[in-house]
Amino acid sequence: MLLALDKKLLRDLWRLKGQVVSIALVIASGVALLVMALSTHEALRVTSDAYYERYRFAHVFATVKRAPLHLDERIRSLEGVQSTQLRISMQAILDVESFAEPLMGRLVSLPEGRQPNLNRLILRSGRLVEPGRPDEVVINESFAEAHGLVLGDTIQAIVNDNKRTLRIVGTAMSPEFIYVIAPFALIPDKKRYGILWMGRKALEAAYDYDGAFNDLSLTVLRGTDTKQTIQALDNLLAPYGTTGAVDRSDHLSAWFVENELKQNQASARILPTIFLLVAAFLTNTVLTRLIITERSEIGLMKAFGYSNREVGWHYTKFVMAITVLGVVLGWLLGAVLGRISTGNYAETLNFPMLIYRPGVSAFVIGAVVSLAVGLLATARAVRQAAGLPPVVAMRPPAPASFRQGSAWLRKCLAVLDEPTRIVVRQIVRWPARAVVTAGGFAGAIAMMILSLYFVDAVDAIANTHFEELQREHISLGFNDPKSSVVLNEVQRLPGVLAVEPTRAVSADLVSGHRRHRGALQGVSRDAQLTKIYDVERGAVPVPADGVVLTSRLAEKLALGIGDDFEVRVLEGRRPVETLTVADTHDSYIGMFAYMDIDVLNRLIGDRPVTQYVNTWVDDESQNELLATLKNLPAVSTVGIKAVAVSNFHETVAGSLMIFVGFFSAFSFALGFGVTYNAQRIGLSERGRELATLRVLGFSRGDALYILLGETMLLVCVALPIGCLLGLALTAMFVNTSGFQTELMRLPVLIRPSTYGVALVVLLAACAASAIAMKRRVDRLDLIAVLKTRE
Amino acid sequence: MERCFYKPMVVSTQTTSPLKPALSGSGLTKIYRTGEIEVKALIDVDIDLFPGEMVVLLGASGSGKSTLLNLLGGLDTPTSGSVFFRDQDITATDEATLTRYRRDYVGFVFQFYNLIASLTARENVALVTEIAKEPLDPVDALGIVGLGDRVDHFPAQLSGGEQQRIAIARAIAKQPAILLCDEPTGALDSETGVVVLEAIETVNRELGTATAIITHNSVTAGMADRVISLADGRIVSIEQNAERTPARQLTW
Repeated sequence: MLLALDKKLLRDLWRLKGQVVSIALVIASGVALLVMALSTHEALRVTSDAYYERYRFAHVFATVKRAPLHLDERIRSLEGVQSTQLRISMQAILDVESFAEPLMGRLVSLPEGRQPNLNRLILRSGRLVEPGRPDEVVINESFAEAHGLVLGDTIQAIVNDNKRTLRIVGTAMSPEFIYVIAPFALIPDKKRYGILWMGRKALEAAYDYDGAFNDLSLTVLRGTDTKQTIQALDNLLAPYGTTGAVDRSDHLSAWFVENELKQNQASARILPTIFLLVAAFLTNTVLTRLIITERSEIGLMKAFGYSNREVGWHYTKFVMAITVLGVVLGWLLGAVLGRISTGNYAETLNFPMLIYRPGVSAFVIGAVVSLAVGLLATARAVRQAAGLPPVVAMRPPAPASFRQGSAWLRKCLAVLDEPTRIVVRQIVRWPARAVVTAGGFAGAIAMMILSLYFVDAVDAIANTHFEELQREHISLGFNDPKSSVVLNEVQRLPGVLAVEPTRAVSADLVSGHRRHRGALQGVSRDAQLTKIYDVERGAVPVPADGVVLTSRLAEKLALGIGDDFEVRVLEGRRPVETLTVADTHDSYIGMFAYMDIDVLNRLIGDRPVTQYVNTWVDDESQNELLATLKNLPAVSTVGIKAVAVSNFHETVAGSLMIFVGFFSAFSFALGFGVTYNAQRIGLSERGRELATLRVLGFSRGDALYILLGETMLLVCVALPIGCLLGLALTAMFVNTSGFQTELMRLPVLIRPSTYGVALVVLLAACAASAIAMKRRVDRLDLIAVLKTRE
Repeated sequence: MERCFYKPMVVSTQTTSPLKPALSGSGLTKIYRTGEIEVKALIDVDIDLFPGEMVVLLGASGSGKSTLLNLLGGLDTPTSGSVFFRDQDITATDEATLTRYRRDYVGFVFQFYNLIASLTARENVALVTEIAKEPLDPVDALGIVGLGDRVDHFPAQLSGGEQQRIAIARAIAKQPAILLCDEPTGALDSETGVVVLEAIETVNRELGTATAIITHNSVTAGMADRVISLADGRIVSIEQNAERTPARQLTW
């Protein structure tokens, strides 16, 4: 049996259903974002931890030019080292029959006839390579799926200048290749980059690596500082051409996974906060208004003997009911979003199982936070209701008093007509409410800008990267640097119109105690295809002497133009030189140190050599060139720009649009929630005035104007503020979450159209609310107003 | 249709008057339906309001006087019957025409003043003069009701009587053809009530506005030209006062 008060509660909720639902939707948006971010984070974290643990993902990684296997003993004897794995790992060009382009792949050696002890494989189908079968290969599952390759199919690979046909005997996954990305690619491309595990003996024979390795992974004992291990390892491997060991956190795949986790965490903090704060404000205004209109009922309850506590509890339950509705909606929506988001990760990341089984914690946190925020926000209003003395409660509240305001305000108001004056005085009379309402609008705009911003950022990055930085059509890479004769050879390939050499040499850049492990990029002084590009200034000339650093790298090393720094080359004779910063350039992607390729070659002590050749290709002959490249020995990487561009847009834009869609819906809910509540409260406060105006001969339009005028005026104020807030929010979001990395810097660059779309979404939300209001204004009871007292 | 017993008397009033009525209602019936229940608020009432005339509609609560005023003022439409204003049947028109009728020709005074709290006295009056055809100056209108010195006060800064007088100024500032007052003194003490009635009297005399006052206070009847009494939705009597008592002399 429901108590009478609870019946009243239910009827109040039903009567105010429009407001209740609009607030619940805002709460739901916040909770959904929180649940999505937390549960996705949880799914990713739990899965990757378990995956790393179970399949013995190594702690430290290093590559060398070539080192003898007997070094293993000395590596093992380094302090803290637990176990090691020495492999041969090579970049190769692959040829899948059904595919026109040459593909890239990495060949990785497996111990003969058994699982490796570290970075173990998960066989998804088939078996491992049998000993003594050099033509057998296990390929990564996503590559197999992308090409529809099944067990028994063959794939061709150029293995050390020889074309080999390999038979697929198994498909697998590995904790090393959760994020499978080709060298120099911006994002993963399942089709165009494959991992091929082959027997050690086969690779030994093919690359003449008998008794040698070029790739090392190791695990350390619990509690070991990997920094020291890396230091010791670098010293040990120095004579063997190491490019420097890295910790697991800098391992490409693990780094990307970690970065995704960071981004999720940031989303979990920032976005739901905005929604819940707005929801808190809305609940507060609605409850405050409800209590004002129910003063006499509160008085009556008190007169009947209800205690302050019972009255307070009654209104607390009102807040809780709205919040609980929002929380439950948010839970459902959050679980759906989390599933979509996790599924999205499962698409790009290669986890053997990325099961979305959100724990209770995400849901509990969502509920507790929103309830706490809701109750805190309304505590004052509830206390006021509970504390109303019965006699006071039975009397109507004193009429709102208005003042003329300053002379300045009077002058401004003098030029307005009366309806507009009513609107302005209303705002001046309750400035705090106006500020918070405008703040809500601004928040909705900012939220929309933030969500659309990602599309802008991705476009900006793609444009500068593909249009300005990589002007070449096809880029060829070699496992080893080649003499400049290779340029002429490439020039002679079908369709090639122009060629340009580039080279990348691994090096430590050191300035005082600051150090960056990266590469020196050699480019031609007269380069047309690969330019040093500054996002503000455009092309930056290649200096005759000295290095052009990416601004973020210069910052990392605390270097300015004209400063000297030390370069410790990690290849060849491993020279150590002092170079000068000739210039810096701003870039969205990567941290580069560019210099003249001839100067770089001299520095290393090589004859003129090149490692990559960028080409400008006649459109018509592109297919012919690609077919030729499939059979070209010595080429280990082929980068086709057109493919990279379309893959980038497909992959990034596809997953982005889903979220932009959701965010737009949330922003709409936010805008609608704020407008609708502001107008409903306006109507409940001024319904009598509006009806009076109607009686006095004002049209429905005039009455609607007065009702909507206030929100419209506040929207006008909020528009520019919202745009600025959007910019600030974007800057804050981008700077605090995992978006500023050594690999990528998201530019805080918002297109004018983004502001436009955000404003349109808010105005649409306002229009939706206005339509709802119009129906109410049309139904205003003109007769009741004559008789009833306020 | 039920016929009003007193109808012949009304007809005779109409025929004896040399003037054309400013507003006339004929056969006005209003039935409210709430669910199963049918309430006959007004039954076949005929009424004329002549230019410059002051009529007091007297009746107890539920007698139908407010319903009648609402129909005459274009706030509500009758279930049957018509209201004629300048030969046009306003009951047969649309919402926009009714709005224009109220805007241009009718002044309303409410029991609870219905002032806009966020506008000063002058602005409350200007609210109406801004949309009227040949309005008085708001300050002049306030002068007529004796509030020439309170024009820049907000409602919250004024007494009940003063607020009601602003409402009267607001109603007459557009120089309406008809002034309809619904219990204008209902929320006031007698002393203040008299001041308000005086203001209505002044307006009626100086501007020649046809005025109808609803009241349940029979003392007010003294100031009218005609007193129409209603009971149970019908007109039960119409009395012509030989002489109008000045509002100043009324007491209750």
